[in-house]
Amino acid sequence: MITGMLLRSLDKGSYWFLGLLGLIALLVPALHLLLPPESALHVPGYAVALMGKYLCYGLLALSVDLVWGYCGILSLGHGAFFALGGYAMGMYLMRQIGDRGVYANPELPDFMVFLNWSELPWYWYGFDSFGFALAMVVLAPGILAFVFGWLAFRSRVTGVYLSIITQALTYALMLAFFRNEMGFGGNNGLTDFKDILGFSLQSDTTRTVLFSASAVAVGLGYVLCRLITRSRAGMVLAAIRDAESRTRFLGYRVEHYKLMVFVVSACLAGIAGALYVPQVGIINPGEFAPANSIEIVIAVAVGGRGTLIGAVLGAVLISYAKTWFTGELPEFWLFALGGLFVAVTLFLPKGIAGFLIARWQGFKDRKSAPGTATVANEGPAQ
Amino acid sequence: MSDLPSSVLYLDGITVSFDGFKALNNLSLYIEPGEMRAIIGPNGAGKTTMMDVITGKTKPDSGEVFFDGAVDLAKLDEADIAQLGIGRKFQKPTVFENQTVADNLQLALSGVRGVLETFLWSASARDKTRIDELLEIIRLTHLRDRMANSLSHGQKQWLEIGMLLAQNPKVLLVDEPVAGMTDSETVETARLLREIAENHSVIVVEHDMSFVRDLDVKVTVLAEGSVLAEGSLDSVSADERVIESYLGR
Ligand SMILES: Nc1ncnc2c1ncn2[C@@H]1O[C@H](COP(=O)(O)OP(=O)(O)OP(=O)(O)O)[C@@H](O)[C@H]1O
Ligand SMILES: [Mg+2]
Repeated sequence: MITGMLLRSLDKGSYWFLGLLGLIALLVPALHLLLPPESALHVPGYAVALMGKYLCYGLLALSVDLVWGYCGILSLGHGAFFALGGYAMGMYLMRQIGDRGVYANPELPDFMVFLNWSELPWYWYGFDSFGFALAMVVLAPGILAFVFGWLAFRSRVTGVYLSIITQALTYALMLAFFRNEMGFGGNNGLTDFKDILGFSLQSDTTRTVLFSASAVAVGLGYVLCRLITRSRAGMVLAAIRDAESRTRFLGYRVEHYKLMVFVVSACLAGIAGALYVPQVGIINPGEFAPANSIEIVIAVAVGGRGTLIGAVLGAVLISYAKTWFTGELPEFWLFALGGLFVAVTLFLPKGIAGFLIARWQGFKDRKSAPGTATVANEGPAQ
Repeated sequence: MSDLPSSVLYLDGITVSFDGFKALNNLSLYIEPGEMRAIIGPNGAGKTTMMDVITGKTKPDSGEVFFDGAVDLAKLDEADIAQLGIGRKFQKPTVFENQTVADNLQLALSGVRGVLETFLWSASARDKTRIDELLEIIRLTHLRDRMANSLSHGQKQWLEIGMLLAQNPKVLLVDEPVAGMTDSETVETARLLREIAENHSVIVVEHDMSFVRDLDVKVTVLAEGSVLAEGSLDSVSADERVIESYLGR
């Protein structure tokens, strides 16, 4: 049954995309590890980590596209789920430091020693175990999304109001995580990580493994999103997006569908955050900043809302542009981002992927049936 | 409550107010199993609001709504009521614009509604035949794989009626099915609804008098939120108060 569902939900574009991800998952590590640094094709270590980071944003963008593109839920707070996943991973990495911290305290992370705490808070228990941390990577964002979604969708909060409260959610979490008393490192967050599963985070191999893992995660996340959106449940989601009350009058429990897709999406965002943290080496409350959530929504719009692949593409492009601007023209980044958003909304309303798909469709129609290319648009204009 | 056991829909003393304005005012209406009823009345009479009350979109301030003699609809929400077997066509045709005609019908087909069920669902041969039948009935077979947003206004109305049928409800509430249709489409729609009424209870709201005449069923006149007159179209149109309520506007 699973294979049947997989085959049904993937198309040619999917196979190209997955193939490409597989290729970079192998090629980038090979070019990094096997070629000597003098070689023109050698990929330096910092670039591996940077590209890994882009892939994590790609996975976050996928999760946003799943709720926004396919169910019309415009979340401006997905950065919160990403950051929670990141913190869960960060807590594991902190525990891995052991007594190699500045204060060489085997029981407590440095920042707790600094705050004169005498024992580990209960919510840090279990993070010594990688398995437990992985579970929390999915559970923490998932449970938050469940509670939040349950309240919001049951009271039928939709549209702009929902967007605003998701934004408030991430903002509130940012303020909370800034406080030292929360026990997550306050302002500085969690950093100075050493190992993951006993392997040094500084080693080339670890870096490449994390990179490949990110590529695989994007691929699996994509397949999951396809499974959902191409199923009949996906048809219901699109129905909710386009005519919510009609869907209710057909007997569908709209709030259940919204809740399901919102929770799945939050879990994906959490996984993205968890992969992000070991590659950038730090997680701090800044990741909860409302601007991050907005940036990823813009990335999805630029790449093409409701296309999944476009969302990943948009996230990679926007992150690359951000890296470039922060290096060369830091003051102009926000203007560039805003300008790009306006330009895409005006000239490519379906984003880059939407534009390419329309082009490709037109090309295929012309090729397969010359002279009948207009058939698809023959219906009366509405 | 003497009508209760035999009525498929029983509305008694329903009042709905919006900010003090009574959209429905002590409205009572009984629909027999298998009956088709036409409801007419001037704009703002409360016809759509009455459907909102039956389908759970609006809760009445007072009064009772019962389905099938025993089910209290005031306690249920839209999805529950739809699953009980009450289908509704909106005044403004509402179909899923970005899905094909066949998929619109598929979504409406009675059966799976839960999240997990729909996720694991795959098309069965029986569904396919049923969709083919429905397309035949609503005369959209040739547009099967078209996106719903490319349909004409009248075709959307029919698709929505087809979706109603796909739900296989016991009661169909049809709000202004021929608004915006050409004369020949209107005649077709009357034929379609009469066909449907052979094995369903149907309530049709419509302003188009020639259409209502074509239906040839008992007529209820609503005005200012309550029933003004009931009977054959000829008898109600001869009624002084009905003439006045239409002319008085
Ligand atoms: N949600 C609402 N809030 C406030 N007033 C409402 C609401 N819904 C309906 N009304 C008012 O209630 C009255 C009855 O409206 P309703 O839509 O039921 O009339 P109708 O008989 O369907 O009219 P039409 O023939 O124009 O469709 C109208 O005056 C309308 O303005
Ligand atoms: Mg109305």
